[in-house]
Amino acid sequence: MDVVVVNLPLYLEGFATTLLLLAVGGIGALVLGTLVAAMRISPIATLRVIATVYTEIIRNTPLTLVVIFCAIILPILGSDLPYLIAGMIALAVYTSPFIAEALRSGINGVPIGQAEAARSLGLGFTQTVSLIVLPQAFRMTIPPLINVLIALTKNTSVVGGVGFVSELFGVGRTLANANGDAVIAVLVGVAFFYLIVTVPLGLLATQLERKWVVQR
Amino acid sequence: MKRTRIAMLAASAAAALLLAGCASGGGGESAEPSVAPEPTFEAGTTMAELAEAGEITIGTKFDQPLFGLVGPSGEPEGFDVEIGKIIAGKLGIEPENINWVETVSANREPFIQNGQVDIVVATYTINDKRKEVVSFAGPYYMAGQSILVLADNDDIKSEDDLVGQPVCSVTGSTPAANLKALGAEVLETDTYSNCLEPLRNGQVVAVSTDNVILAGLAAQNEGEFKVVGKPFTEEPYGIGLALDDTDFRMWINDVLEESYEDGSYEEAWNATAGTVLPYVEPPAVDRY
Amino acid sequence: MSGAGVLFDAPGPKARRLSRILSIVTAIVVIGGLGWMFATLNAPRESGGITLPGMFDAVRWTIVSDPEMWGFIIGVGVWGTLRAALVAAVLAVALGIVLSLMRSSTIGWIRIPTAVAIEFFRGMPVLLMMLFILLVAGTGQYWAVVSALAIYNGALIGEALRAGLVALPRGQREAALSVGMRPLQSKMLVEFPQAFRQMLPIIVAQLVVLLKDTSLAYIVGYPELLRVVLNNLGSFYGNRFLFTLWCIAFVLYLAMNLTLSWFARWLARRTDRRYHPGKVGPAPEDASQALLVVDAAAANNELGGQGR
Repeated sequence: MDVVVVNLPLYLEGFATTLLLLAVGGIGALVLGTLVAAMRISPIATLRVIATVYTEIIRNTPLTLVVIFCAIILPILGSDLPYLIAGMIALAVYTSPFIAEALRSGINGVPIGQAEAARSLGLGFTQTVSLIVLPQAFRMTIPPLINVLIALTKNTSVVGGVGFVSELFGVGRTLANANGDAVIAVLVGVAFFYLIVTVPLGLLATQLERKWVVQR
Repeated sequence: MKRTRIAMLAASAAAALLLAGCASGGGGESAEPSVAPEPTFEAGTTMAELAEAGEITIGTKFDQPLFGLVGPSGEPEGFDVEIGKIIAGKLGIEPENINWVETVSANREPFIQNGQVDIVVATYTINDKRKEVVSFAGPYYMAGQSILVLADNDDIKSEDDLVGQPVCSVTGSTPAANLKALGAEVLETDTYSNCLEPLRNGQVVAVSTDNVILAGLAAQNEGEFKVVGKPFTEEPYGIGLALDDTDFRMWINDVLEESYEDGSYEEAWNATAGTVLPYVEPPAVDRY
Repeated sequence: MSGAGVLFDAPGPKARRLSRILSIVTAIVVIGGLGWMFATLNAPRESGGITLPGMFDAVRWTIVSDPEMWGFIIGVGVWGTLRAALVAAVLAVALGIVLSLMRSSTIGWIRIPTAVAIEFFRGMPVLLMMLFILLVAGTGQYWAVVSALAIYNGALIGEALRAGLVALPRGQREAALSVGMRPLQSKMLVEFPQAFRQMLPIIVAQLVVLLKDTSLAYIVGYPELLRVVLNNLGSFYGNRFLFTLWCIAFVLYLAMNLTLSWFARWLARRTDRRYHPGKVGPAPEDASQALLVVDAAAANNELGGQGR
């Protein structure tokens, strides 16, 4: 375990990058995902079609290809963003359909009578959605959203695997290469940092699920 | 003096490969190494076991132009592959009885330690840290870290010009570590061909790794890139094998020396990397 | 809340016109954007003092007419991907079944370690697991890939199946016990088959993820589609074909995954119709949604059990 202790600063640096990817990628995915979810229930046909095609394409493409697109092909299109940002974009784009699905499933989970009641009281589309449907959908949505975030945490490693961004996994690979005699320790160290994030998130999801189900 | 020579050679080499086209790797057929008829070895040695089995598993790179590269034919080609064939030939093993396994930088030592490969010939730099877990025969080639820039870049002439500049290399590799020690800002990625796009769009000013790898990249993109400066490190390429299998190591060293003398080494070089790079006298093997 | 129809009034002639105009405008914007992308990619670029042809220039696409290349991509790449995915899928489902049974065991020293293990493997990046198995267990590339995928997806499938088991109406178990079955018999013969059937769409959806995740095998150098196309062929043909090869990989992955996704959806619809003939409306087409519903039901049952 000496390797981990000696290289702790490197680990922490990589971990910080991972957290940054997770935070910005996650927020980006939430925004994009909400947009996609909204587009999918919108009355405008083209928007629905676009959102569906987008969802289908992104969900069926491996993340690695999305990352390579953002790192290699976006610059050809004229972007001169740093690779860290490109990595965040890749994660946000890749995660957004999953967010949209989670939101949609939450909205679908609200009994239709709620919306009917709201409408019959004379509330408009915006009021019905923002005052009646979304608040109820929210609690149904949080646990699956957390699951999406867990997946996102692990997916940040793919960004580091393709490269250009030295996050936790990239650090692990460098260290494993440099310390051929202590590979196990190096990788256990990396795993530990991922689990710090993912296990509490998983437990939280389970807790919330139980709690909210009881309240209903 | 030496610097200009290498730059010139790289440039002419680039032209040569373009002429040779994609056939560069395929030249191996003319240099098919001879297979020894039923060689005999002392019982119990690795040589005897391999000769008895009639097959050998060799780890090499599958994505390294000139040294170890797999094309659509599925057969690996390159200088490392030819060296592997020479060694197998001395064991009486036909080239078609060699199992080629792809090694990536991260798995070379574990593969040798776990016995998944018999030897590794994969642009594998001999260094002390690696010597603690595996043994090395050779070196059979002396590479050195060099610099690749855009052809119209006249600002970068040597490694000193890289200090504080963004430079691309491969994650976790020795060149990347050297660059960091040099004070360059290193952008790390998965493969060297990923490095070219950042170089084109100016996110990095140079790509730096072993000169032979850079020569391959320059040759594939005629006129766009050039190799500058003289190599600023020494990277002796060795043949990795199980730790402390001294008999086997000494025997491979013998085979290498033999190939230096009977011309099969030069022939192997000329058929593969020699299409782009000049022939240099092989380094003396290190019988540590 | 299926059917957004209730959310807004049936559009009148004015609203319909507005919506049609907006539709056309968005369509134009999107097509314009795609056209701009195409034009930008196709514009020749200056680099290193020479002009590079655009991305859709014929010189960059000469390789697609090479039958040997396609043979290599299909024979080595696609085959490598499917070979790993198929075996991993079978193992993952098997492992999932075992884990779900252990996880819902009544014996504490079986249930608790299993729960910890599931939580652990769910939280580990597959990439790391592959590298770990390759370097530590020394299994070789193929088995490193297959076992990492099997373990990770097995844990997820196990969790789904467990939720399915708990979500079953308690009457099923009570009835089985009252006709004299032992608890294990009831679980194997009565409860599990039902849970499995109910969770089938989720399992297949998870297998789509598994198929996609084979692309992570590049990390250990296992020859699958992505590595073969972008790495081997990318190095062989040279950097100027990188875009072309990216497109090829993209299309092939889409084709494989869409086929499997459609199969998953078809299966979901079919199971749904068969086992809930009275239910109207589409089945949850998405795994996370279905899992949520079952999880909720499961939690309800567990709590109900304690409360009563």
